[in-house]
Formats: sequence, C-alpha cells, structure tokens
Amino acid sequence: MAEIGIFLAELGLLLLILGALSAIAERLRISPIPLFLLAGLAFGQVGLAQDGQASEFVQATAEIGVLLLLLLLGLEFSTAEFSASMRRHAPSGLVDLALNAPPGFIAGLLLGYGWRVSLALAGITWISSSGIVARLLGELGRMANRETPAVLSVLVLEDVAMAVFLPLVAVLLAGGTMTRAAIGVVVALAVVLMIFFVAGRFGPRLGQVLGPEDSEQVLLRVLGTTLVVAGLTYAVGASAAVGAFLVGLAIPGRTAMRAREVLKPLRDLFAAIFFLSFGLSVETSGVLPALPVAAALAGVTILTKVATGWYAARCDGVGRYGRFRAGTVLIPRGEFSIVIAGLAVMSGASGVGPLATGYVLLLGIAGPVLARTSDSVIGTLSSRRSAPPPA
Amino acid sequence: MPCMDVIEVLLPGVGLRYEFTTATGARIGVIAHRDGHFEMVRYSMADPDASLPLITLTRAEADTVAEIFGAPRISERFADLTREIPGLASATIEIPHGSPFDGQTLGKTKARTRTGASVVAIVRGEHVIASPTPKDGLLGGDSLVVIGTDEGIRGVRTLVSG
Repeated sequence: MAEIGIFLAELGLLLLILGALSAIAERLRISPIPLFLLAGLAFGQVGLAQDGQASEFVQATAEIGVLLLLLLLGLEFSTAEFSASMRRHAPSGLVDLALNAPPGFIAGLLLGYGWRVSLALAGITWISSSGIVARLLGELGRMANRETPAVLSVLVLEDVAMAVFLPLVAVLLAGGTMTRAAIGVVVALAVVLMIFFVAGRFGPRLGQVLGPEDSEQVLLRVLGTTLVVAGLTYAVGASAAVGAFLVGLAIPGRTAMRAREVLKPLRDLFAAIFFLSFGLSVETSGVLPALPVAAALAGVTILTKVATGWYAARCDGVGRYGRFRAGTVLIPRGEFSIVIAGLAVMSGASGVGPLATGYVLLLGIAGPVLARTSDSVIGTLSSRRSAPPPA
Repeated sequence: MPCMDVIEVLLPGVGLRYEFTTATGARIGVIAHRDGHFEMVRYSMADPDASLPLITLTRAEADTVAEIFGAPRISERFADLTREIPGLASATIEIPHGSPFDGQTLGKTKARTRTGASVVAIVRGEHVIASPTPKDGLLGGDSLVVIGTDEGIRGVRTLVSG
C-alpha cells in the first residue's frame, strides 16, 4: 500500500512541476515544449524518475501522449482543406521539402550516421511545429494577414507528408529494407482508406445512434478507435503513431470538431509527459557537446524556412514584408521533430537524442522570438521609408 | 441594391476569411473561425498584407450584431422598392393556424395566378425563406412577405385565412 502512496505523490509532484513550467512558458510567451524537454533532462541527470515508482507509468503515458499528439494533428484539418492546399500550394510544399530536408540529411551523413538515421534527421529539420506556428499566428494577430493562408497551407502539406514519411522512416530505422518500408506505407494508406470507407458507409448511422453531441461517447469512441488502429499498425510493423495520425485524418467534419474539443485537454496532459519522458531518455551529458552542431543546423534551417515562407507567400501575391513574416513564423520546430527523434533513439541511434533535443530547444525558443521581432524589424523598415512597399 | 464584392479565402485548420472594401476605402477582413467566433480586422494602409485587429465576437455576439445589422435592412429594402414604383405595395400576412394552407405547399395557394401579388419571402420564427419556390411548405403561424397592388395583397389575405 505504501507503494501506491509514493506513486501517487510522485506523479502529482511531476504534474505540478509541469504545470509550473507551462505557466513560466506562458509568461515568457514561448512554447512549453523546450521547457518540458529541459525538465526531462534535469530529472534524468539526478536519476530521479528512473528509480521512482512513477517511471513505468510515465513511459506508458508517454506512448499514449505521442498517439494523442498525432491524432489531434490529423483532426486539425479536413480532406477538403488538404486538397485546396494541394491545388494552390503544391510547389510551396515541394520547395519546403527541397530546402529544409537536405540540411538534416547532410548533417547526418557528415556525423557518420548512415542514410537511414540521416533520413530521420532530414525529417527533424524539415517539419515546422504546426502547434507552435498556429498559436503564434493567433497571438501576433496575424490570422487575417494575406500571407497566412500560404503559411497554413505549408503546414497542412507538411502534416500530410508526415503520413507517408513517418511509416517510411519507422520501418527503415527498424532495419527494414526499402521494400518493407514501401509495404509499411501501403499498409498505412490501406488502413486509412478502409477507415474512410467504413466511416462513409456506416458513419452517419453510427452518428445517429451515438449522438454527436455526447462528449463521453465521442471521447471513448475516438480514443478507442485510435488505440485499436495504433495497435494494429504497430503489429504490422509500422509505427503506432502513424495509425493514430491516420485515424485523425479519417474522422469527418462534425465528429472531428467535437473530438478536438473533448481530446485537447487530454492531449495537453499526455503530450507534456511525452516530452518529459523524451528528455529523460536522452543522455544529459551528450546535450552540451551536441549543441554546436545543433546550433549550426538551426542557423541553416532558419534561413531555409524563411526562404520557404518567402516563396509560398509570393505565390499568393503577397508583398515583401508579408513574405518575410511568413518565413519567420515557420521557423519553430517542435512536436513532430521530437516524435521522429524518438523513433531514431528507439532504433539505437542514441546520438540523435541529444542533437534533436538541442535543435528543438534552440528553434522552439528562438522561433517564436524571431517571429515576434520580425514585426518590429518591419516596423522600423516601413517607418524609415514612408512610401508603401511595392507588392 | 448595389452588390458588394466579397472575397472568400480558405484558412486551413482555422476557418474562412472574408474581405471587402467599404465606400470610404477601408479594407475590412472578417475571419469566421471554425469554433464559431468571429474576428474583424482592418488592413493597414502602409502594408496592405498586414491586419490591425478591430473586434472579436463570440458566436452569440456575432448573431446579435448580425440581427442588428440585418433586420431593419430587410424591411428597408422592401420599403425602397415599393416607393420607387407607384401603385406597388408590400405587406406581411400571417397564415392563421387552421388555414386551408397550413401544411400545404406555397404552390397550392396559386396566390399569384389568383391575385397577381407575389410572395417574396416566408418568415418562420427567426428563419426566413427568401424567394420561396412553389414547393416550399407553409405552416400555421408563418408570415408571408407579399408584394403587389393593394388589391392583390387584400386577395392573398382573404385566400390564406380561408
């Protein structure tokens, strides 16, 4: 009985610490993700959580945290929004990939990681954090700006590209051949098509029976489906996270909206523990030596992201200042980079852990700061010359 | 009615943005968020891509504002129309419960053939069916917005009250 008491107290303390960190992040107006990672590193250093009663629970919770992160990402937009983004911004998506993935890949090769792990690093530098970027757009009052549709389209395309990239990398990292990876991707797509079919066929009837307004039903039904599909995709050799993401994509309009509302608090809780647990899994002593490389990588990929945003906004006929704003707001990397790094670390490439941690720490903090300063930079520029800027 | 150009832009994962220019030259944007709240902004003169926040409305507030803006304009529009053409009048006629057309379609009334007056809208509580087709149904308690001569309007009134 004493063990349960210790377990509860430990877990409670952990949550209180995470709560305090998230309050600090709110005060500093940065994303809490870097702080959660730092907390994980610090706990790892003292060896607190490994020996603690709560450590097993933290690991299991972190698993669910990844699933919820990806589920909510998948729920974030509809297939119609995806096809609209595709029509208008397919070139921007390609520019995004062509500019931001190679730095990570080349860095991986230079560090002697082999092409599989390098591919994971390519993903880490490629993908912006849709969570951080969307929040920034709201906070900075840029939702109505003309460059914003371009920014959001790039995010949507990145997220959907992950549906293919994640299973590919998961299989390759697990030591599978290209053929097995291809099978993994096909299986993932088959699963999502099956869900689409089932949802289209029986969705309305199911919705009538359960009632779309009932939070409890939405919560249990969506969460249950996610865990079952995640388990299945894991069993066939793709990553469980992929399954969760595909479920999110497949859930249609109204249900998706309800599911977002109901699952968001749950996601916040479990994802916080996931970031913490990733920090725990990283060798603290490795982070400082990895920082110079992480900083160099961050420097290069700040420039490539600015170029991406610049290009995407120009496609929409936005002026120079707007293009600059679009570029800077895309800089933050976050949850997806950590998910990919988690896959790499699990496959035994433990060196990726410290590097990815350093990288996300730098860009998770610097990204929002740079996006904010871009406003004042533009302010000084535009006041220096009073004439309106050429479009 | 002068028609205003409104541009509609999809914001993936957020909602829709509408954009228009007022007669005084201000560029105004309205974001309809997916969760139902609205944001109104004004575009900056110096940088036409940047927006300055004006107001944020919850769903209920937006409904109220829409009602304030919308309600008088509907009646004004009819008043304008009837004033422009001599001899043309408009009226709102309620269909009493138990009227022969309670539960029938608008087409069944043959109001236009019989009286020459046109039913231009059916008002049901807060809901308005503008330019109804003959297939639209009528219920007791509905109000018909009718345009025609005074005589035609009187005809419709007698018709629906049975």
